[in-house]
Amino acid sequence: MQEMANVYFDGKHYTVPSDLTIMTAMEYAGYALIKGCGCRHGFCGACATIYRIAGKNALHFVLACQTQVEDGMHVATLPFFPLDKKTYNIGEIRPTDQVMAEFFPEIFACVACNSCTKSCSRSLNVMQYIAYAKRGDLEQCAHASFDCVACGICAARCPAGISHPLVGLLARRLTGKYIMPESQHTKARAADIAEGKFDAAIDEMMAKSIDEMRELYNTRDIEK
Amino acid sequence: MYLPHMLDFIKNVEATRAARLGTEPPRMTAEEKQAVLNEFHPDYSDNGFDTIKIGPNTGQKAPKELCELLHSHSKLTGLTLDLTRTDLETDVLIIGGGGAGAAAAIEAHHAGANVTIVTKLRMGDANSMMAEGGVQAANKDTDSPQQHYLDAFGGGHFAAKPELLRRLVMEGPDAIRWLDDLGVMFDKHPDGTMITTPGGGISRKRVHACADYTGAEIMRVLRDEVAGLGIDVIEYTAALELILDESGQAAGAVLMNMLTGQYLIARAKTVIIATGGAGRMHYHGFPTSNHYGATADGLVMAYRAGANLLYQDTIQIHPTGVAHPVQLFGALVTEKVRSLGAMLINAEGEAFVHPLETRDVACAVVLRECHAHNKGITTPSGHGVWLDSPLIDMIHGPGTIQRSIPGMLRMMLNYDIDIRTSPILIYPTFHYQNGGIEIETDGYTAAIPNLFVAGEAVGGIHGRNRLMGNSMLDIIVFGRTAGKNAAKLAKSTAIGRPTIGHINTYTEKLNETGLTTNILSPILLPNYVRNVNKQK
Repeated sequence: MQEMANVYFDGKHYTVPSDLTIMTAMEYAGYALIKGCGCRHGFCGACATIYRIAGKNALHFVLACQTQVEDGMHVATLPFFPLDKKTYNIGEIRPTDQVMAEFFPEIFACVACNSCTKSCSRSLNVMQYIAYAKRGDLEQCAHASFDCVACGICAARCPAGISHPLVGLLARRLTGKYIMPESQHTKARAADIAEGKFDAAIDEMMAKSIDEMRELYNTRDIEK
Repeated sequence: MYLPHMLDFIKNVEATRAARLGTEPPRMTAEEKQAVLNEFHPDYSDNGFDTIKIGPNTGQKAPKELCELLHSHSKLTGLTLDLTRTDLETDVLIIGGGGAGAAAAIEAHHAGANVTIVTKLRMGDANSMMAEGGVQAANKDTDSPQQHYLDAFGGGHFAAKPELLRRLVMEGPDAIRWLDDLGVMFDKHPDGTMITTPGGGISRKRVHACADYTGAEIMRVLRDEVAGLGIDVIEYTAALELILDESGQAAGAVLMNMLTGQYLIARAKTVIIATGGAGRMHYHGFPTSNHYGATADGLVMAYRAGANLLYQDTIQIHPTGVAHPVQLFGALVTEKVRSLGAMLINAEGEAFVHPLETRDVACAVVLRECHAHNKGITTPSGHGVWLDSPLIDMIHGPGTIQRSIPGMLRMMLNYDIDIRTSPILIYPTFHYQNGGIEIETDGYTAAIPNLFVAGEAVGGIHGRNRLMGNSMLDIIVFGRTAGKNAAKLAKSTAIGRPTIGHINTYTEKLNETGLTTNILSPILLPNYVRNVNKQK
């Protein structure tokens, strides 16, 4: 006999197979999901979920698609949370010490409560990457926030109203564009192609018969 | 956590690991590959396929679930819609908010067009977000576009449309340059040289990555750029059907708010379909690595309007999806795990295939190992074989897994499986539709003027099998192409009176043919609700 778990969605009780995830348990219970369901594999942040086990006061912050149900789980979903999106032209802004303060002045209102870190569904050290942003260390902020899926739970929990995922995103774009050196060989190759330097070679390749292509393919050398 | 019998089998993997280190299983010959494909790859069987009985591809084979969509009535059948009403007017209407749609929107915007993206879930809810392993481009001295062409053409069984493949490989380096310039954090050496790795069927180290979040990193940058440019994005809004004008040009779409059910009429001068794949149709009964919204919507809409499909009978079953734990069944285990040296190992501890065969071949060999050789491990969901990930840190040094595939490490650790010390139990998962709507080199469909297609919804770029890293490239290359050309065309085109007469015609043909299904399409989302007594 299948092992079952008692769970509560929107406060209502359901008995579901205990090997399901929170997401598939909701579907088992009859929810046809539109909001709160995206990639179903932990990359998109659509299924931010907060739960607590009956009788215990600790809150848990997870992605519904990545988390197995547990007996006594009381579940709230957070399918949408408004982030304070700032617009900028990445070509015009620069990775200066002040850029974060300019776009996200609220990071200086951080009271170091650490709620963001405690609520991160990906177990990132969110408060630390905000601290990097405060001191203008964009590269550290970029790397520390790299695994963020922008589920938004941190922003929902923040007393200072910080939109943490957007802070990390800007730090990453500035790092990718300005701090990490541009790929010169990529630029050079794109320019060579634009100048037609590979036209003859690709034309020659395309002029071959399927049999010739087959022979070429089956005998090509493979870089070790 | 692995079950006790699985832990016993892991001992067989461990017993041969040291001896396998530094060795490479032989590559298969062309004849061996063909033989295993013929016997074990779903594309090479008639099972799971039907014949299309209506429309431009009549008489051809397609997965039966896709046939069912093509043989079904439109969601608009029987509705009275006032098409002269305009809820939304734009130059370029982009249907789909994934990588191809975003790339198209950015280029169309820069070309001076007014652009609107509609997407049935949120912006970035797409397979693009879930691409882990990387993106190809021939930008190194050891490599060339023609070498990239050869790999992709051969890997796709010499079936790719040559002109499309030419564009893919020739514009590859510029696509990477474009992403680099937008601030995508590619893995680089300190001097800016891209770190590139091998992949299945790829003859040069050509795959660029952002750890194992390549698609996510690219998608979130593109999404941020779309927002920064002020491009209109309408979320939770699905396209149900194309609107044409009386001369048969694309002229907009009928939309539906997914949350309220309200219909909207969008008028446009050009339309780009960027609706992605079909993994959630579970062709051939496979689990899928795909996004919740991968339900072939664009194919259905375009087909009803008269566009033809190409290679709709070929799909990519990725050789390595998660087989256990059951909560992750079908989730992608990125090919990068094999690029970094992890071997495929059977129940007896034998490396049964070279880890870098093409995906279709690797998939067929895994199926053979499980179902014919009976050297798989049984799981609650079926079968699996091992992907020996601990080899990676042995080959490249401790910390490589943490640094190169952190997403994979996190996903499995969540279920108390540490892939640094334990192998991953895998089974093939439905990953990609190789086929789709046929386009011409500049991104438009020949059948329907003013209609463009980009991304996974296109068929023909890759032929009958796709290489790792060529989909992330094609969404950028053909997204940009479609965006530029749709914007240009929008400046000169004249649109007539809007009509959905093609839906009525299709309905009549369905009725004449006597085809009936229980569904209305596009289905927009899969039905995973257990209680089937519920109204859908």
